[in-house]
Amino acid sequence: METQVLIIGGGATGTGIARDLALRGVHCILAEKGDINDGASGANHGLLHSGARYVSTDPTVTKECREEGEILKRLAPHCIENTGGLFVAVEGDEERYVADFPHLCSRCGIPVRTLDVKEARELEPALSEKSIAAYAVEDATIDPFKLSLENVSQAQQLGTTVLRHTKVAGFRKSGSRIQAVRLLNVQTGEETIVEVEQVVNAAGAWSGEVAALAGVSIDVVYSKGSLLVTDNRLANRVVNRLRRPADGDILVPGGTVSILGTTSVRIGSLDDIRPTIEEVDLIVDEGAAMLPVLETTRYIRAYAGVRPLMNAQSEKDDRSVGREFALLDHVRDGLENFATIAEGKLTTYRFMAEKTADLVCQRLGITSPCLTRTQPLPSTDAGKWTEPGLGPRLWLKQNNPEDPLLCECEMLPKSVIDSVMGSIREQNGTPSLEAIRLRSRIGKGPCQGTFCGQRVTAYMYERGALYSDQGLTNLREFLRGRWMGERPILWDGQLIQAELKEALYCGLLGLEL
Amino acid sequence: MGFWAWNFRAQIKTGEDTRNMSNSKSTECELVVIGRGMAGMASALFAVNRGLSTVQVGVTGEIIFASGLLDLMGVHPIQEKKSWRDPWAGIDALMRDVPNHPYARLKREEIQAALEEALSFLQEAGLPYCRRRKRNSEMITPLGTIKRTYCVPQTMWGGVRALEERHPCLLVDFRGLNDFSVRQIAATLQEKWPGLRATRIPFPDPNHASELFMGGIMAQTMELSKNRERLAQAVRPQVEEAQAVGMPAILGMCRTQEIVAELEERIGVPVFEIPTLPVSVPGLRLNDAFRRQLSVKGVQHFLQNRVLEVRRRRGGEFVLLIGNETTEHRIRAKGVILASGRFWGGGLYADRKRIRETIFDLPVHQPRDRRGWHRTDFLDSGGHPANRAGLEIDELFRPLDSSGGPAFETLFAAGSILAHQDWMRMKCGSGLAIATAYAAVNAFVKLNG
Repeated sequence: METQVLIIGGGATGTGIARDLALRGVHCILAEKGDINDGASGANHGLLHSGARYVSTDPTVTKECREEGEILKRLAPHCIENTGGLFVAVEGDEERYVADFPHLCSRCGIPVRTLDVKEARELEPALSEKSIAAYAVEDATIDPFKLSLENVSQAQQLGTTVLRHTKVAGFRKSGSRIQAVRLLNVQTGEETIVEVEQVVNAAGAWSGEVAALAGVSIDVVYSKGSLLVTDNRLANRVVNRLRRPADGDILVPGGTVSILGTTSVRIGSLDDIRPTIEEVDLIVDEGAAMLPVLETTRYIRAYAGVRPLMNAQSEKDDRSVGREFALLDHVRDGLENFATIAEGKLTTYRFMAEKTADLVCQRLGITSPCLTRTQPLPSTDAGKWTEPGLGPRLWLKQNNPEDPLLCECEMLPKSVIDSVMGSIREQNGTPSLEAIRLRSRIGKGPCQGTFCGQRVTAYMYERGALYSDQGLTNLREFLRGRWMGERPILWDGQLIQAELKEALYCGLLGLEL
Repeated sequence: MGFWAWNFRAQIKTGEDTRNMSNSKSTECELVVIGRGMAGMASALFAVNRGLSTVQVGVTGEIIFASGLLDLMGVHPIQEKKSWRDPWAGIDALMRDVPNHPYARLKREEIQAALEEALSFLQEAGLPYCRRRKRNSEMITPLGTIKRTYCVPQTMWGGVRALEERHPCLLVDFRGLNDFSVRQIAATLQEKWPGLRATRIPFPDPNHASELFMGGIMAQTMELSKNRERLAQAVRPQVEEAQAVGMPAILGMCRTQEIVAELEERIGVPVFEIPTLPVSVPGLRLNDAFRRQLSVKGVQHFLQNRVLEVRRRRGGEFVLLIGNETTEHRIRAKGVILASGRFWGGGLYADRKRIRETIFDLPVHQPRDRRGWHRTDFLDSGGHPANRAGLEIDELFRPLDSSGGPAFETLFAAGSILAHQDWMRMKCGSGLAIATAYAAVNAFVKLNG
């Protein structure tokens, strides 16, 4: 194979670069070692920052967030819910910070409105009685799965090749240039050599490992952040704690649920990225100070992502460094056609992609301008079913007895699974239970796959998408993945759910044997 | 959406009760059984069979999730995934290796006698079971795995025999079934059982095409003769070389033996039922059979009632206040059997810090904190320590208090609430429920003179 640009990493940044370059007429291959958004792009709040969170620490990031937020709200409205946001302080929070906040916002051009506490509690009844100050800002939420899937979808329509489950195995260099990249399909073991003109490393937390294969050393440290998903939506707006960024200080609506986060924990390796019980307890305790319902609500899972931080000083709090992105051209490392893009934020992913694509195009001698700043992100079937609440709406409207539900928690009928399997095939992929889960709400409701796991598996056999005993492999992988997020929140109702799941899959079906 | 979230969290404190019991809604009995799962049903059965006046309290729960198969002992040690063909040898090994497993408090003869008594009751209630006395049998599951179990409903027995012989066999299911696919079963088993063939046909009653996901409704439909005739007509031409026909376990609600026999005659080869996922029709059948036949035998049921509070009278009798939101009945009893199950049944409850017993607040044997409850891999072969948490008991199956003695003279515990067992991984759920119920009732009889 050959291509102008090989992009490594299928998260928000990598898929954003693929779309940007495709719109400029550049041929790309995107290689992702897992599936789209498997890393931090699929394990964050889904928060479209107004910028207000960073007014005290980082004016540059604040400005980028504000500008990019406005662009995305205009060009990708189907990925965004314009919820608005609140910043709320409770008794005991630092009063100086509270008092300075509106001035800091104004200085950075962030629209902010002072609310009285009573008004804030009318807007969000879940807020603590001990709230002492509240401000309204223009935060919103963004569906990171839909976003990346739509980016991929348009890039593919424009000729980009997407290789999922494909990792970089090595680089062939000649002098100061990478000539070819050896790719390995981790599912089939098949190797492919791609002749390249340019290589972009957008591998997120894994960018240090990828760079090392090219003989380039990047000093990366890993900061893990864990988040919790509640059973219901507890607030309509994004609710931020009005204090310096810390653990458990943001509650973000995610369609029908709320997402509570986050932590910031240094980890030494990427082998075991999972939320821990200690983190969960910390997040719940901290969150409950702002929203007491968080102490008693039902949580349905937890998840964790890793922020890569470049050249961070080990003594500092990881939240205070490097939210501005890093675009490394590697010229000083002796390579002229290799670039690494890392850090940054979901909110500014488009801007990061633009800057990276600018560098690549300049190196290729291409002068076409960036179009993602002006052209809307098309809405396609590829990203359609990530939306919570769409299943129930369409199913009730359709009321088709021939199209029964496979997932009762999220109300997804057979036709949705057909549509998702179709979109996976369009991406040259083979449907698996995990790939379907990533592109839909399967396995994401309170039952965490107890019933929909087997139902979707049975349906995949009926549709000829599974053969032999692939169903067992698919179910084991799916249940193990769900469990990573369930284990730290197993008390109360979700422990009952987990017991039922084990009674079924182990007690009756013997899947552990 | 919140269907699985129902909250059993109880509420209870014990204390002295000296008030008189002239309330018109009060009932007296010798033994109260708390729980309507397999252990509760078996306890009520053994109690009436011993001539005790018996009241059973509890909300329908776990039993309707039963597959119909009755496990006795399958896997031990679970870490080694050692599967026992002879469950009795497995129990012997378990008694040696895990001396505090509830089975280790019983003699083999007692476990056998308990099973005999339960199986003969089920036979009378219209749910005959088949087994090989000294070994486990194998049955196919909806996932296409092969399950080792001890007692198999007679209507599924043909499946055991067909699997043993690897007979050419036709599996049939119905358009519209959601969580059951014979194509999946046959594909998954194709190497182990190449003679399996799968076919999907329309459900014989077109009026119910849109309600197929309700197994109970399918089963009711099969009670009608014309539907069975249609089913047989649709299946017969597809039998070809097959020597048996398997179908999901929806062949009638009450008269399943007759229905299966009739289908066999019409189709011309043995017909068997395959277990389905919950809520399964065999689970509903078990629930119905127990409820019906225990009533006939004189067990007084307070269905859909929960224990709200327990008091103690001087002399050691218990007074149970039961109802839903408010007290509807008072039950005075000499003894109580606690068969309230685990988390799903509501007998145990966990908050972020601790696992509690919900009715008497008895001490629960458990790992030190939540970090020790579950392993990081769902399918970890060691099993999850939280599943071995539960009540510790004395030799008379009485739960212990914090001093290590029996918490109450006449409070007994049976079934999955007991500590030091992992019924899901050991595949011993029904046997454990029945045998410990037997022991608990006998202990009460012994103490009560």
